[in-house]
Amino acid sequence: MKQDKEEYTFQIKCPECDADIEVPDDVISGEIVSCPDCGMDYEAKIGADGKVVLEQAEIEGEDWGE
Amino acid sequence: MSKIGLMFDRIRWDEKSLIRAATKAGVDLNLVDSKTIYIDTSVNPEKIIAEYGEIVIQRCVSYFRGLHGTAILENSGIHVINNFNVSLTCGNKLYTTLALTKAGIPTPKTLVAFTEEGVYKALEKLGYPAVLKPVIGSWGRLIALVRDKDSAQAIVESREQMSNALLQIYYLQEYVKRPPRDIRTLVIGDEVVAASYRYSPEDEWRTNVARGGTSEPCPITNELENIVLKAAKAVGGGILAVDCMESPDGIMVHEINSTVEFRGLYSATKVDIPSKMIDYAVGVVKK
Repeated sequence: MKQDKEEYTFQIKCPECDADIEVPDDVISGEIVSCPDCGMDYEAKIGADGKVVLEQAEIEGEDWGE
Repeated sequence: MSKIGLMFDRIRWDEKSLIRAATKAGVDLNLVDSKTIYIDTSVNPEKIIAEYGEIVIQRCVSYFRGLHGTAILENSGIHVINNFNVSLTCGNKLYTTLALTKAGIPTPKTLVAFTEEGVYKALEKLGYPAVLKPVIGSWGRLIALVRDKDSAQAIVESREQMSNALLQIYYLQEYVKRPPRDIRTLVIGDEVVAASYRYSPEDEWRTNVARGGTSEPCPITNELENIVLKAAKAVGGGILAVDCMESPDGIMVHEINSTVEFRGLYSATKVDIPSKMIDYAVGVVKK
């Protein structure tokens, strides 16, 4: 039985540097994934066909935070 | 079961854990990506409630985005966690200080100036070192430890070059002689659910987890609990991170956060914070 879903991942190529980015199986649209090689942040988007694509995440704004 | 909304702009670890906690509790959580929507302020409030939920947990990382979203939703009769006034007060360090001072809660001595001239006068009164913070902003950004007049001048001059008018509000605080740590507490309603010490990383005086600070569990003493609950009440209550310092004169509250990041606190204490937050929202629906 799956204890922790995040252990299960699939890989998407980083649009910036072509490294493999681990994306959790239970990824949600809006979730942030980061490239382990170049550090770029992406926002996962799940299309109508269920396919996950990575879009560049918003750049941190000066009003961001808690 | 009533619908509960969660308005976000980023799904971070925190939001994902809230979604999991809602699923576990059997709560129908309506995820609203604020980046993809518009809200028509002229439609019947009932329509807005039907679309978003009776309760909305506001989780936008962008303070102004969250605040303005909350304004509309609350105006439609939705109970937003946290409400507009709480978000407004906690999003601005000066408004927080005013609320804490009014309630008689120990907080660092704070002076406010609007010009370079005012800053120097304020610093003479406070003495060096002093702390200069922007009134809006998080994660320790642009917070400066001012050691002398020269560094004050450099900071003020660079701030004057920035186009953000809010950066010309100079919020100056005494430097409190504290251990190299502060205390992050989380209040949910009437309860302090968790507390952690946050230690500054090496070569850094700020303790923010976003700056690499590390967290360890902190005992919730009566003194801490009393002050923290009073502080949460002073800004209007809800789900709040009340940050404290151990000053030579006892516990002081220096900041209250309204859109709480709880990953560090969770990993230090193992308290199931996301489930407690969802339970609180469900409790508000029932009331």
